[in-house]
Amino acid sequence: MAPISSRRSGHSRRAQYSLFTGYALAAFGVLLGAALLAVSLLNPSAFSGPRMAASDAVAPAGAGAARTRAASSGVLDEITAYWRAGSQNAALRREAELARIRLGEAKALEQENRELRALLGLGEAGGRTVAVARLVGSSSTSGRRFAYLDAGARSGVAAGMPVRSAQGVIGRVLEVGNRSARVMLLSDSESVLPVKRAGDELVAFAEGRGDGKLRIRLLNLGINPLKEGDLFVTSGAGGYFRPGIAAAILEEVTPDGGVARIVADPAAATAVMVEAIWIAEAVEASRSSPDKGFAPEGDSE
Amino acid sequence: MTERLNLSARADKYGRRTNRTHSPVRAASVPYLSVMLASALPILVIAGSAPLIPPLGFLMLICWRIVRPGFFPPWAGALLGAFDDLFSGQPFGSAILLWSLTMLVLEFVEARFPWRGFWQDWLAAGLASALYLVAALSLSGATPGGHLILAIVPQIVLTVLLYPLAVRLVAGLDLFRLARVKVID
Repeated sequence: MAPISSRRSGHSRRAQYSLFTGYALAAFGVLLGAALLAVSLLNPSAFSGPRMAASDAVAPAGAGAARTRAASSGVLDEITAYWRAGSQNAALRREAELARIRLGEAKALEQENRELRALLGLGEAGGRTVAVARLVGSSSTSGRRFAYLDAGARSGVAAGMPVRSAQGVIGRVLEVGNRSARVMLLSDSESVLPVKRAGDELVAFAEGRGDGKLRIRLLNLGINPLKEGDLFVTSGAGGYFRPGIAAAILEEVTPDGGVARIVADPAAATAVMVEAIWIAEAVEASRSSPDKGFAPEGDSE
Repeated sequence: MTERLNLSARADKYGRRTNRTHSPVRAASVPYLSVMLASALPILVIAGSAPLIPPLGFLMLICWRIVRPGFFPPWAGALLGAFDDLFSGQPFGSAILLWSLTMLVLEFVEARFPWRGFWQDWLAAGLASALYLVAALSLSGATPGGHLILAIVPQIVLTVLLYPLAVRLVAGLDLFRLARVKVID
């Protein structure tokens, strides 16, 4: 199709001026966008007001979509379960037996833990569940990995709080609106989580790569002791997450650490828990500290 | 009394011509509303590991630009981009910048290659989308890396393949936009 002739201004002064004004305004838009972008990149929490108002507005629609998503994945699960009923039944029975034993052991440990904690005089202030919410959306077109919760400041959610599902770590709250909150997922390329290997005290950082995998970076250099299948849990360093929440499973060993996949899939999580910051004092201290090496999460947004 | 031989003689694809005219509100608002809706829709999808959904708002903008050249003024990119930035997860300003640039570049391309067909349009839209996605990634504030570039390749392919469908949808919306619904008394 050829361009319409009305856009050739000809001798009409009015048409010439309006055409020129259009281009001038577009060029102004480019400059304005560049300026706003520079502000946003230097200060990521800028413009959070309008952004969270917008996410508050779509949160109800997202909650509806989340309900449908949960229902439809339930249907799929039922169909696959029907196909594999026989073999699954036997395996599940064995698993339930084992789980019952482990649960008993865990209860005993919990009891012991409580007694030891009481002995030390440590409170249970951090790590309690602030809100149970649904993931109602995500930044599915952008290279950044953010998700949206349908709980916000009204439910007591605040920036910095850890978010987890029943499986493990989901991410950390970045911005809070009235009825919704924006969460930086573990897979985001700016997310850094202090972890340790379950079973021993081998500490590392789990950094998002932006493609759904995590890069495990060991703190102590030397011979790489990692093996495929190693489970990493939060270490509690940094003060945001309480220790012991499952985060990642090692898939591939590299010279300086490894590549791990995330335990908790945000798309499969029907409900997530927002927990209080584990040790608020540690977070405050690391925020005011000029030494960024000790604050791997403090400024990552 | 004249007898009507053909019932559709006084109608065209926008409806009956007698006694009817376009609704000015509908004619002016449908393109803007459809782009804004397309900007807000992808937020409802949970993509935990990598960007998955084509940038629907941007795709709609390009399609309207191709179906109705000259409907959107060049500065509309900044307005619609600001709305898109509220939902996309990109830092605020990235779509204002990139959408304005797109409108200017498409204007220039159109002046340079005035006669176009479906395949040229698809090529232009595909190139624009691919460049837009790479530019948006580099402006997103993410730490640059090879894995990030690889992660958006499926999204680029999906966006290019979605163009024919999107342009059909926009053509349908254009019929709806210009339907003669207003009765002249």
